[in-house]
Amino acid sequence: MAIILSKDEAKKIIDKVLSYSKADEMSVNLTGGRTGNIRYARNSVSTSGEGTNLSLAVTAVFGKKSGTATVNEFDDASLEKTVRRAEEIARLAPENPEYMPMLGPQTYLSTDPYSENTAKMDPAYRAQATFDSLDPCRKKNLVAAGYMEDSTRFNAIGNSKGLSAYNRETSVEFSITVRTADGLGSGYATQDVTDVSKLSTKNMTEIAMQKAMASVNARALEPGKYTVILEPAALVSNVDASLMVALVRSMDARNADEGRSFLSKKGGGTRLGEKLFDERVTIYSDPTNLEVPTGAFSGDGRPQEKVTWIEKGVVKNMPYSRYWAEKKGVHATPPGGNFIMEGGTQSLADMIKGTEKGILVTRLWYIRPVDPQTLLYTGLTRDGTFYIENGQIKFPVKNFRFNESPVIMLNNLEAMGKPVRIGGNLVPPLKIRDFTFTSLSDAV
Amino acid sequence: MQRRNFIQLSGLGIGSLLTTGVPVLGHSVSSEYLLEASGRGVGIDNAAKKRLADIALNAAKSKGATYTDVRIGRYLQQFMFTREMKVQNIVNAESFGVGIRVIANGTWGFAATSNVTPDGIAKAAETAVAIAKANSKLQTEPVQLAPQKGVGEVTWKTPIKKNAFEIPVQEKIDLLMKVNGEAMKNGAAFMTSNLFFINEQKYFASTDGSYIDQDIHRIWPTFTVSVVDRAAGKFKTRDALSSPMGMGYEYLDGLASEKIAAPNGLIGYRNSYDMVEDAMLAAKQTKEKLTAKTVQPGKYDLVLDPNHLGLTIHESVGHPTELDRVLGYEANYAGTSFATLDKWKSKSFNYGSKLVNIVADKTQPNTLGTVGYDDEGVPCKKWDLIKDGILVNYQAIRDQVAILGEKESNGCCYADNWDSVQFQRMPNVSLQPGTEKRSVADMIKGVDKGIYIIGRGSYSIDQQRYNFQFGGQLFYEIKNGEITGMLDDVAYQSNTQEFWNSCAQLCDKDDYRTFGSFFDGKGQPSQVSAVSHGCPTTRFNGVNVINTGRKI
Repeated sequence: MAIILSKDEAKKIIDKVLSYSKADEMSVNLTGGRTGNIRYARNSVSTSGEGTNLSLAVTAVFGKKSGTATVNEFDDASLEKTVRRAEEIARLAPENPEYMPMLGPQTYLSTDPYSENTAKMDPAYRAQATFDSLDPCRKKNLVAAGYMEDSTRFNAIGNSKGLSAYNRETSVEFSITVRTADGLGSGYATQDVTDVSKLSTKNMTEIAMQKAMASVNARALEPGKYTVILEPAALVSNVDASLMVALVRSMDARNADEGRSFLSKKGGGTRLGEKLFDERVTIYSDPTNLEVPTGAFSGDGRPQEKVTWIEKGVVKNMPYSRYWAEKKGVHATPPGGNFIMEGGTQSLADMIKGTEKGILVTRLWYIRPVDPQTLLYTGLTRDGTFYIENGQIKFPVKNFRFNESPVIMLNNLEAMGKPVRIGGNLVPPLKIRDFTFTSLSDAV
Repeated sequence: MQRRNFIQLSGLGIGSLLTTGVPVLGHSVSSEYLLEASGRGVGIDNAAKKRLADIALNAAKSKGATYTDVRIGRYLQQFMFTREMKVQNIVNAESFGVGIRVIANGTWGFAATSNVTPDGIAKAAETAVAIAKANSKLQTEPVQLAPQKGVGEVTWKTPIKKNAFEIPVQEKIDLLMKVNGEAMKNGAAFMTSNLFFINEQKYFASTDGSYIDQDIHRIWPTFTVSVVDRAAGKFKTRDALSSPMGMGYEYLDGLASEKIAAPNGLIGYRNSYDMVEDAMLAAKQTKEKLTAKTVQPGKYDLVLDPNHLGLTIHESVGHPTELDRVLGYEANYAGTSFATLDKWKSKSFNYGSKLVNIVADKTQPNTLGTVGYDDEGVPCKKWDLIKDGILVNYQAIRDQVAILGEKESNGCCYADNWDSVQFQRMPNVSLQPGTEKRSVADMIKGVDKGIYIIGRGSYSIDQQRYNFQFGGQLFYEIKNGEITGMLDDVAYQSNTQEFWNSCAQLCDKDDYRTFGSFFDGKGQPSQVSAVSHGCPTTRFNGVNVINTGRKI
C-alpha cells in the first residue's frame, strides 16, 4: 500500500472502518508519511536514513466513555478487529465529564502546504546538498556540523457525524553550525521550507562560515541591560524552546481563567482586550499564507482560521478547547498551526546600520521557563554574538546568559525588520532595548 | 513518543523535561493487548529471533558489510494523565520492528523496518549497506570499531517485583484519584498527576557472535500541585519529589524503611515512594510558597538535596564528559564540551574539589540506565569519570575508544527505539557519598548563611557546559545553622568548574538517593534516553544566587 494516500483513497478506508462501528460515536484518524535525513559533523557524514509509516487510529465512544486503538495493517479483518478493540476499551474506560460530542461536517479554508519537489527528495539529493555545504568548509579549513530532514506526509480524519477532512504537506529543515579549526569561532544558520527548491544549503553554509570566522577572539562585555538585535533564529528555534513560541503558546484561555497564566487578571478574570505590548506588535495565524502554509484543520477537526491574537499591542483572542469554550459561551478558537508577526521593511543590514550601540544575536539556546507568572525565561546567546557601534559590527563578544520575559521584551521594542520564515512561522528580526543579560559564558 | 506529543498528552509544561525533541515511539493499543501472547513480537521466541537476526547478518555480509548488528525490539509504554478528580487520558503504546546497522566501505549505514519477516529483514539489511556505500563518498576516515568478543546466547532482565503492565488500570487510577484528592483537601487549587511505565523487550545480535535478549522496565510517578491567590494575582506550583526509577510497580509501595527524614518535616524517598504523602505535603508547601520571602541576591552556601543535585550532575558532569560531544558530533545541536581532550590528557585538570568522586555505572540497582549489555553488545560496567576532583575518563563507545588509546568500549551505546540508530548515551553518572557519618541536619548546623534547595526546577546550561542557572521546587533560608523560613525567586548561577571546586561537604551513604530523567534528549534526529544520577545531600560554598522576581 502506498504511504501517501490520496483524499479518495483515504476516505475509502475511513468509510470502511466507520461501517464496522457499533459505538455511539466513532472517529478515524489516518496518517502516513516518509521522512529522510542526513547528518554530518567533523566535515564528514555521520548518519543518514529514510523511514516510512502508515497508521490508523480509531476512537469509539459510549456516552462519555471513549477508547482508542490503532493498527498499521489494512486488511478487512485487521480493521474490524481494531474497531472492536476501540469499543472494548471505551466500555472499560472511566467516564470523562469533560467529553465533547464529535463535530459534524465542517467547512475548511483551502490551503496548500505541499510541494512535489520535496516529495521527490532521495538519498542522492541529500548527499549533493550535503556536499554543497561540506565542500566550502573543507576548502577554508573550517569544520561543519549540519543536519537536513525532509518529510512528506498526509493526514485524513472522518467520523460517524459526517466530518471529513484531508491534508497533505511537505517540509524541509536545514541547519548548519560552522566552527573554526581552533574552536575559537562558531557560526550558525538555518532555513525551513515547504518547497526544497527554495533551500540553498550552500548559501546557508556561507552565512555560518562568515559568522564563524568573524566570531574568533571574542571580547568580554559586562553583563547588564543592552540594546539587542535578535535575528529570527534567536526568536524562534526549530530544535529548542524559544521566546516567541513560548509567548504564543502561553495564551490558553482556560489557564488564564483559572488564574495561572500571565494573562490572568489580579482579582479574577483575564487580560483579554488589554494593551500589554508595544502598539507595533501584531501577531496572527493564517493557514492560507503562501510563505507558511499549514493544514486547514486542527487535531480535533476544527477549522483553522485566520485569527488575530495580538493587534497593535492589545490581546484580541485566546485559544479555547471546545469544552472550555462551551462552558464560557464563546467561540472555540483552536490554537493556530502557524503564527505571523508583522514587521517592517528593513533588512537585517539596515537595522544594524541604524544602531548606535547594541549587540547582534544570531541564536539563543537552552531556553527554559523560570517563572510562568511573568513568562520569565533564561537561556544563552550562541554561535555568533557581535558588538555594534555607529551602525557597524565592531567585534565579536563572549556569549551571555539572559533572564528576560517576551512580555517585557515586546514592550521595549525599538525597531522591526522584514519578517522571514522560521520554524514554519513568519517572524521579523527585532531590535529591543534593555534586554537583560545576567552573566557571561565562556562557551564558544 | 515525540516530546511535543508527550507534552500534549500530559499537559506538562516545557520546563518539566530535559529534552528538546524525540522520535515517535509506537502506536496506541489497549492495556490487554500489551500483555497478549499474540501481540506482535511476543509470540516470537528467541530461537525464531535468532533465525531472523541471522538473515540480517548474512544478507548484509553478502552485500559487502564488514560488520553488522541487528536489534529486534518490542517497546511498550503506558501513560496515565489525570486532572483534579478526572482522568484525562490513558495511553498504551506498542512498537515492534527491527533496526540493522552495518559498516561497509568503512562507513556506517542504518535501515529499519516494521516488516519483521525474512524478506523484510533481508531488504532492510541491503538498504543499510547501500546507504553506507553511498555515504562513503563523503566519509573522510574509515570507522574504527573496538573489538568485542561475542558473548553467545545470553539474557538479562530488570529485577522487578511487580510488573506495572500487569497491575489493573483501575488500581492505578484509584491511586491517582487518592493522590489528587489528598492534595485538593490540603489546599491545592489545581492538581495533575501522571504515571508512566516503560518496558523495552530487546533482542540484539551481531557478527561478533552475540545473541542477547533483554527485558527492561522503568517507572515514573509524578504530579504538579498548583495554588492560586486570585486577590493578589499570584500562583505557585510544586512538582512531586519522586524520581523515575529502573523498577517495577513496587516503587509505589511507600515503604517506611526507604524514607529519609530531613529538617522542616521534609521527607526524602530512596527506593520506595509514598505518592499520597508527598502530594499532601506538596499542597501545604505550595500554599507556604505564596507568602515566602523574596531572596536577597548574593553569595550563599548551598545545601543541595539529591532530588535537586541530580539534575546539576546531569547537566554539568554527565553531558560534558560524553566523548561524542567532546569530539564535535553534537556541535550543530546540543553543543560541544569544555572538557576537551587536552584537559583529560594533562591528568591534572581540577574538575572539582578533592571531595568530588563521580562514577559512570550501568550496573547500579534500581536505576534507569542499568542494563546487562548496551546496544552494541558490550557487557555493562562501572568506571571513574572524576577521581578526587581530577577528570580521568569519558563516556565512550566502540567507534570512539581508539581516540582514547583504549581497546574496550565503556558499554554506553543506546537507541530509543528499533527504528533509531544507536549512539553514545549517558550512563548513570553519580557523585559518591562522603566517608564521614553526616546527616542533613548535621550539615545545616554548620552553615551560617545558606539556602537548602529541594527538587528540580528551572535549568539551563550553555552549549559547552560552563555557565549554568538552576532553580528548584523548595528553598529554605539557613541562618546560623538553622532553617528560618521559606524563600522565593531563587536561582543560582555558576561556572561548572568553579561550582564543583566549591564542593565543601558531603553526607554519607545513608543519605544517598537517586534522581532521574525519562526524557534526556540528544542527536539529530533527536532521541531520548532515561538516566539516573545518585548523590547524597551536598554543600557548596559561596555560590552566586540571583533574584528572579519580575513584574509585567
